[in-house]
Amino acid sequence: MSIGHTLLGLLESGPRHGYDLKRAFDEKFGHDRPLHYGQVYSTMSRLLKNGLVEVDGIEAGGGPERKRYAITEAGITDVERWLATPEKPEPYLQSTLYTKVVLALLTSRDAADILDTQRSEHLRGMRILTDRKRKGDLADQLICDHALFHLEADLRWLELTAARLDKLREAVAR
Amino acid sequence: MTSVTSVSATPSVPAGTLLAARDLRKAYGPTTALDGAAFSIHPGEVVAVMGPSGSGKSTLLHCLAGIVTPDSGSITYNGRELTAMNDAGRSALRRSEFGFVFQFGQLVPELTCVENVALPLRLNGTPRKEAERAALTWLERLEVDDVRKKRPGEVSGGQGQRVAVARSLVTGPRVVFADEPTGALDSLNGERVMELLTDAARSTNAAVVLVTHEARVAAYSDREIVVRDGKSRDMERVV
Amino acid sequence: MSARQWTRDLAMGARFAFAGGREGWVRALLTAVGVGLGVALLLLTTALPNALAERDRREEARFDHTFVHKVVPEADDTLVIVDVDTTYLDEDVRGRLVEPDGPEAPLPPGLGEFPAAGTMVVSPALEELLDSDRGELLRERLPYDVVGTIGEQGLVGSQELAYYAGAEGLAERIDGSTAARIDAFGDPDPTEEETDPVLVLLVLVVFVVLLMPVAVFIAAAVRFGGERRDRRLAALRLVGSDSRATRRIAAGEALAGASLGLVLGTGFFLAGREVAASFEVFGVSVFPSYLNPSPLLVLLVAVTVPAAAVLVTLLALRGVVIEPLGVVRTARPARRRLWWRLLLPLAGVGMLTPMIGQGRENGDFNQYLVVGGVICLLVGVTALLPWVVETVVARLGAGGLSWQLAVRRLQLSSGAAARMVNGIAVAVAGAIALQMLFAGVESDYTEATGYDVSRAQMQVRVPEGTELAAAATKLEETEGVRRVHALSEGYLYDTPPPKEPENGALLTVGDCATLREVAKLPDCRDGDAFALRGGDYDEGTAALNEPGRKLYLETSGSSGPGAVVWTLPEGVRQADSIEDPTGNKRNGFLMTPGAMPAGLAEEVSGELYLAIDDSVPYVHEHVRNAAAAIDPTAQPMTWYATERSDRYESIRTGLSVGATAVLALIGASLLVSQLEQLRERRKLLSSLVAFGTRRRTLSLSVLWQTAIPIGLGLLLASAVGVTLGAVLLRMTATSVRVDWPSVLQMTGIGAAVVVVVTLLSLPPLLRMMRPDGLRTE
Repeated sequence: MSIGHTLLGLLESGPRHGYDLKRAFDEKFGHDRPLHYGQVYSTMSRLLKNGLVEVDGIEAGGGPERKRYAITEAGITDVERWLATPEKPEPYLQSTLYTKVVLALLTSRDAADILDTQRSEHLRGMRILTDRKRKGDLADQLICDHALFHLEADLRWLELTAARLDKLREAVAR
Repeated sequence: MTSVTSVSATPSVPAGTLLAARDLRKAYGPTTALDGAAFSIHPGEVVAVMGPSGSGKSTLLHCLAGIVTPDSGSITYNGRELTAMNDAGRSALRRSEFGFVFQFGQLVPELTCVENVALPLRLNGTPRKEAERAALTWLERLEVDDVRKKRPGEVSGGQGQRVAVARSLVTGPRVVFADEPTGALDSLNGERVMELLTDAARSTNAAVVLVTHEARVAAYSDREIVVRDGKSRDMERVV
Repeated sequence: MSARQWTRDLAMGARFAFAGGREGWVRALLTAVGVGLGVALLLLTTALPNALAERDRREEARFDHTFVHKVVPEADDTLVIVDVDTTYLDEDVRGRLVEPDGPEAPLPPGLGEFPAAGTMVVSPALEELLDSDRGELLRERLPYDVVGTIGEQGLVGSQELAYYAGAEGLAERIDGSTAARIDAFGDPDPTEEETDPVLVLLVLVVFVVLLMPVAVFIAAAVRFGGERRDRRLAALRLVGSDSRATRRIAAGEALAGASLGLVLGTGFFLAGREVAASFEVFGVSVFPSYLNPSPLLVLLVAVTVPAAAVLVTLLALRGVVIEPLGVVRTARPARRRLWWRLLLPLAGVGMLTPMIGQGRENGDFNQYLVVGGVICLLVGVTALLPWVVETVVARLGAGGLSWQLAVRRLQLSSGAAARMVNGIAVAVAGAIALQMLFAGVESDYTEATGYDVSRAQMQVRVPEGTELAAAATKLEETEGVRRVHALSEGYLYDTPPPKEPENGALLTVGDCATLREVAKLPDCRDGDAFALRGGDYDEGTAALNEPGRKLYLETSGSSGPGAVVWTLPEGVRQADSIEDPTGNKRNGFLMTPGAMPAGLAEEVSGELYLAIDDSVPYVHEHVRNAAAAIDPTAQPMTWYATERSDRYESIRTGLSVGATAVLALIGASLLVSQLEQLRERRKLLSSLVAFGTRRRTLSLSVLWQTAIPIGLGLLLASAVGVTLGAVLLRMTATSVRVDWPSVLQMTGIGAAVVVVVTLLSLPPLLRMMRPDGLRTE
């Protein structure tokens, strides 16, 4: 996720202090990982350098957290462009799990076992997410769903692979 | 939520187990559906039975619920051997101690939703008025009391399935058997049904045997067992 | 709409009817069998008038007019024939003794040559009977050697018992009643028998009553497999067929089933025809060749049945919207209205009313009005029943679980339930009406015979010229005969022939004990004679009773006219006539054997009255055998206190049988649709069993589901039937009386059909309740 673009987007509704920015970000997007102040300031200084934001004012007392930032025209254009650019789908072509399965087959280990264990682990993760989803608000639910769907995709792959283990064993042995 | 684990190395039924089966074998003609499957569940526990299509999940559920008699093996419910009971005994057990939710085709199309929910109670001899009053509270709990007067053909799939869940819980069963309960629903409705089902089951300390092939549905369970080629694998013991 | 499109769609439908694997075949076959049974019944009914006409024709062709007082002089082409009909174990045996006078003598139909004296030619059925153990006593009675069989054209039915036996010296038996000389067989001037208008009315109504349910049944049969068909039609819509084309395809399916039904029906009919030949119903049997429906009626059946199939299908789809994603029944069909449904029965009553009170004296009933009225009334049942079922079922309240399940299902589809029982209701209504009519009319035809069966139970007429005393002794020795009273009868005139007599009186000869059966005698010794007083129709006994008066006995046989003369002696006392065993009060003179003048004994015919012991097995047959041994033309009669027109009795029994057959047929279709319905619900049944529903609950609900509409149907049918019956009785000017036994009988049969259908659908139901239905994988 581009923190720079996210912060820029938050500034569009009006100038904010760096401290405000962090709080707004955490509230909306940072459930898993709150931003460190350092991250905010380094990002803001990069944006400042590129002319996408400007300092709107500094409150008394000094310190970087007292700076008020405002978005520039260039900044707005930049946010627009970012939003309009589709995200590149993750290729997921390098999979540790696949490597593990093939290695297990090559070394005559029980590949199904690996898959079952992995499924169990995935389900454990999914259970935690599901539990959190049930207790959380809508934002929580959307975020957890995103994660759950990804995990589910992995699980589907696991099931499919499990169903094709015999074929895979033949292919690997060749 | 984590499960109560009491894994025992001996084949005997572990203490605190509500329903347990071991070494189940069942064949339909030349097709082997179960080939030495085992299972156990505690009160208040939700166990997902997973596995690919045709692996024997449903057969395992049918055996556990006393709908089908296994060719061999033993099933104990609350200390009683299910395989030794006759059909009438097992039917009575299903009426009073078990609840059922299936994928579809389970609501009686002629009866209204509230009558459908009241059905298991009436099977147990509860007077109609009383049964329907109890049914209505369950419809309320599952947020579908507004369709109580409608027939199953007139409600949406999600509502129908909630009615089915209400029906499975209305007798206060010790075990609820759910066979792909969300199979015919979209994910939003499916999840709501799962939430309601597991919440309700937990609140009454009922165990849920949940047959599904969907991981997201299985995620509502406390633990899962995997059935493949008629053999079961309890993942709790592996990890 | 181009014809090509029509044919294409119909053809596609026809293909669908048989495609779809085993299920498709089974469904098409069920439809076809249903329609086929209906068609066979239709054909059989249309063939019946022909069959009866053919019987009449053959009966006429072998007519031998023995009782015609026409003197045919003996010639090369004449034949003496004697009627020796008898009864064996309640079956009539047609018997004739024949003696050709010359080589040109007319052969009876079905015979190749005359049997020699002492031999006989028999019908196949009689031959079979004689060969069986059952025929043992009959063999005794017919002491002739079987030398051949009577051909089909000489018999009126396959099961008819008949024989022609050769004999000698028959000429002296010619008496203008049972024996005659003839020069040809066949009725020279066949007279159209005046048919009783009431009888015609009855036959008309019977036909309508039996055919209506068949029509209803055919309509139901083409709807077998409806739900599955609906799904298929929806699939057709999905791939782009428009709504009209879909309907045409559905019509094509029905057409295919109905056409196959026609073929099967023809087959059933041909098979049934052969089977029919081996049955004898009410003494009537037929040959297969009799059952030839008239070509016009066959054509009518062949056209109307498929046309009706298409029509019914289109009507059934009227309230249905076939959408690509499924079939939608018009959500809430308009509440059934009562008023137009009442129009039909009212119209029916309206058509019949003008004929009320007509009776049998005022000529024929208007056949069109009768048929129209009865049809309207009965169709009215099918129109009223859906309304009744809907209205009642909607009000049915709570009850047990099985009751609730059934009632709810009926509330959801009361139309289908009503359709199911329409046929039964129509059949029962019609049958009740008819039974009432028969019961009413029959009481007219049941008459007291007047026979006093406490005194004698059989009567044997001994031909003139037979020694009566010897015959009496012979019969007295017969097993099971307790007492024999012998009476001879003759007729006395006041002047000798050929003069026209002015006065005459009956002469009864018998011993004192026997005479006491007919009159109160002061005292009696052999040699006494009495004049009767107070007899019925007494014209001149008192006038003739003058000592010294000569009375001349009517003679017919060998001795010349006026050969026997009785001069009244002194001291013929008066005696009061009492009812004799036949229920008559005799008039004329009584004479003891000792008072008989010369030659009288040979010229009076004898009557033997037998008191028999009913507990002796086959006592009647023993008596008949003994009588036949005395003389083959001696015809013993068994007395019954009452006698009823067996014409009505047979129609009545026929109606019961027909109605039962129709009900059984409808029961079969009920069963089929019931099973189909159960199959559709297999998954639901399995899941109900899964959560512990008792099989009993489900079985009971199936019973209720059939019993409620049928109960309502039977109630309505009873009401309509009694109404129709009352109207018909009024039409025949017979007092209206509800014949409760037949109402109970018919409703009972209807109820039995329900029970049987439920019982038969139980095993499949139990099978379906097995958990296999839950398996989806």
